[in-house]
Amino acid sequence: MMLKIENLHASIGGKEILRGVNLEVRGGEVHAIMGPNGSGKSTLAQVLAGRDNYEVSGRVLYDGQDLLALSPEDRAATGVFLAFQYPVEIPGVGNLYFVRTALNAVRRHNGLEPIDAIDFLALARERMRLVEMDESFMTRSVNEGFSGGEKKRNEIFQMAVLEPKLAILDETDSGLDIDALRVVAQGVNALRSEGRAMLVITHYQRLLDYIVPDVVHVFAEGRIVRSGGKDLALELEQYGYTGLDQSRSLASAGVPDRATP
Amino acid sequence: MTNLISSEVRELAAKDYQYGFVTDLETDVIPRGLSEDIVRMISAKKNEPDWMLEWRLKAYQGWLAMAEPKWQNVGYAPIDYQDIIYYAAPKPKKVLASLDEVDPEVLAMFDKLGISLAEQGRLSGVAVDAIVDSVSVATTFKSKLAEVGVIFCSFSEAVQNHPDLVKRYLGTVVPRKDNFFAALNSAVFTDGSFCYIPKGVRCPMELSTYFRINTADTGQFERTLIIAEEGAYVSYLEGCTAPMRDTNQLHAAVVELVALDNAQIKYSTVQNWYPGDADGKGGIYNFVTKRGKCAGVNSKISWTQVETGSAITWKYPGVILQGDNSVGEFYSVALTANHQQADTGTKMVHIGRNTRSTIVSKAISAGHGQNTYRGLVKIRESASGARNHTQCDSLLLGGDSGAHTFPYIEVKNPTAQVEHEAYTSKIGEDQLFYCRQRGISAEDAVSMIVNGFCREVFKELPMEFAVEAQKLLSVSLEGSVG
Repeated sequence: MMLKIENLHASIGGKEILRGVNLEVRGGEVHAIMGPNGSGKSTLAQVLAGRDNYEVSGRVLYDGQDLLALSPEDRAATGVFLAFQYPVEIPGVGNLYFVRTALNAVRRHNGLEPIDAIDFLALARERMRLVEMDESFMTRSVNEGFSGGEKKRNEIFQMAVLEPKLAILDETDSGLDIDALRVVAQGVNALRSEGRAMLVITHYQRLLDYIVPDVVHVFAEGRIVRSGGKDLALELEQYGYTGLDQSRSLASAGVPDRATP
Repeated sequence: MTNLISSEVRELAAKDYQYGFVTDLETDVIPRGLSEDIVRMISAKKNEPDWMLEWRLKAYQGWLAMAEPKWQNVGYAPIDYQDIIYYAAPKPKKVLASLDEVDPEVLAMFDKLGISLAEQGRLSGVAVDAIVDSVSVATTFKSKLAEVGVIFCSFSEAVQNHPDLVKRYLGTVVPRKDNFFAALNSAVFTDGSFCYIPKGVRCPMELSTYFRINTADTGQFERTLIIAEEGAYVSYLEGCTAPMRDTNQLHAAVVELVALDNAQIKYSTVQNWYPGDADGKGGIYNFVTKRGKCAGVNSKISWTQVETGSAITWKYPGVILQGDNSVGEFYSVALTANHQQADTGTKMVHIGRNTRSTIVSKAISAGHGQNTYRGLVKIRESASGARNHTQCDSLLLGGDSGAHTFPYIEVKNPTAQVEHEAYTSKIGEDQLFYCRQRGISAEDAVSMIVNGFCREVFKELPMEFAVEAQKLLSVSLEGSVG
């Protein structure tokens, strides 16, 4: 098991947002987490990546280690990647310089030599093609003046360079037009592999037309209320979250209590 | 993260100042205090001609009638001007015929500061005038510069050897009674650098002055005068450090630049005077008057400053844009950490037609640091078509620091265009978390974000200096996250 979340709670300013999340993800699997706004999906992403504004309890095992005990940079170094819902601008810091610094920090942590500028450039060029990013984005400041779609592509580009083991995509589809969505999804699909797990957080079903998940979870009020195969997403599309709630209460006996198919 | 931030800001506060050592030099020191006799004594020590003494005495009389200014946004205990030593000089063992004869202790001190005065040892091609306390101890590459007619020497030597040039330009940009500290400097200045670039000459190497305060309780009052004749070009750098001491020391310098027709002067400063300890004890009061005059048409003066040291920094390097089409630039990075205070900015005075000025100010405040940008853009009636663009950005690290902006704009000509932009940002937890999520440590992330913030200014610095400035900033900010 790559990721095992047990009874995870998180609150901020006394307000409980995650209320006992349980989830298991194997290497190679893509799990979609769907749910209405404010249900706690993004908080789950932030807590897993190590944002420490939250009071957290419960247990998260990642590759057998206690993920919650690690600093954000150590989590990154062991292969946890978060594609941000709102990627942050860093004025004056070149995009490529930033990604190379990140890659070398991760490499150093893992006892590898830093990659030199020339090899890195070749790598970056190749990975930028995955998300059809123009080379002018190499030298521009990190996310500064990027459109919404460009920022999201940049996240997937960084993911392609850093080659994480566990990628968490937080509403990567929000604010994208259909062409940008296709490009981003294509980049993500190219990065699916045996050793890599992905948690795809989304509000809408449409992303899942492009990134087909192995498992779909429905998130509501801080926990997973239902899990199923990719058809669950279609059901959601049809009935909406409220409709699904009703269908769930009608068929509650059939809800799997473990979040695997 | 909030806890992490404050603990790292505390670490920053504990960061040692790297240049705080004292060198044991045999020093010629005059008694404390200031009087007409002291002014005469300084002039006599330097064996000055009468006109120079007269000039000093007039400045001293002017100073007596002036009051110390209180309008700046900094706070400090009253300075006792009678408790300062106005002249201290390392005693030369004998008259120097060449650099090889410079006191080895002095050479060792500069080596320790990372500045080799041995010409053979220098690969960088930068000529250096080294000033300790009140006097210039060595100037490198003099003969090579003389081949193209460039005069680069200590101010004292210029008074002796080039009196006509000194007489013609001294006080023409910063008059004796310009302000309290300029008047004080004019009375008691002890040394400094003098540069003269003749007509049409592009100075073949960077010129640089390195200032070092060594003796306790001394003030450093240096005076720099740079003259670029028609079509001449020079790039000039200055660096400064001082030992760590519990008492405050006063540094009141005056720098005057004169650019004639089509001439260009680029003046870069990396100021790293001792900033005082974590509780704000000790440190240099850096009260400096720097001004350039674009006297000729199409002339250009650029100030680039990286101010990371001093307990208090108070300076406004400015440009008087007299010649038509002349250009003034001011690029500044000012960092205040611990209890440092800075009130700095520039004055751009547009007189000639189609004169242009650019101001880019980047202020970084950490710990309890207080950082003020104060700038004046003045467009006189005669300055048709004048343009100014001002951008001042502030970056706050930690909750106890402050940033303030006081732009003054006076426009007397309706054809002028003046733009002002200002931003204040905090190194957000968002930025920091974004970097850390990518595997970059908090410390490296802060350094990266701050250097990015300063990039527009650093790219104006000569290469070697830019690297130095980045390092300095990283060291000054080590552990500082906000």
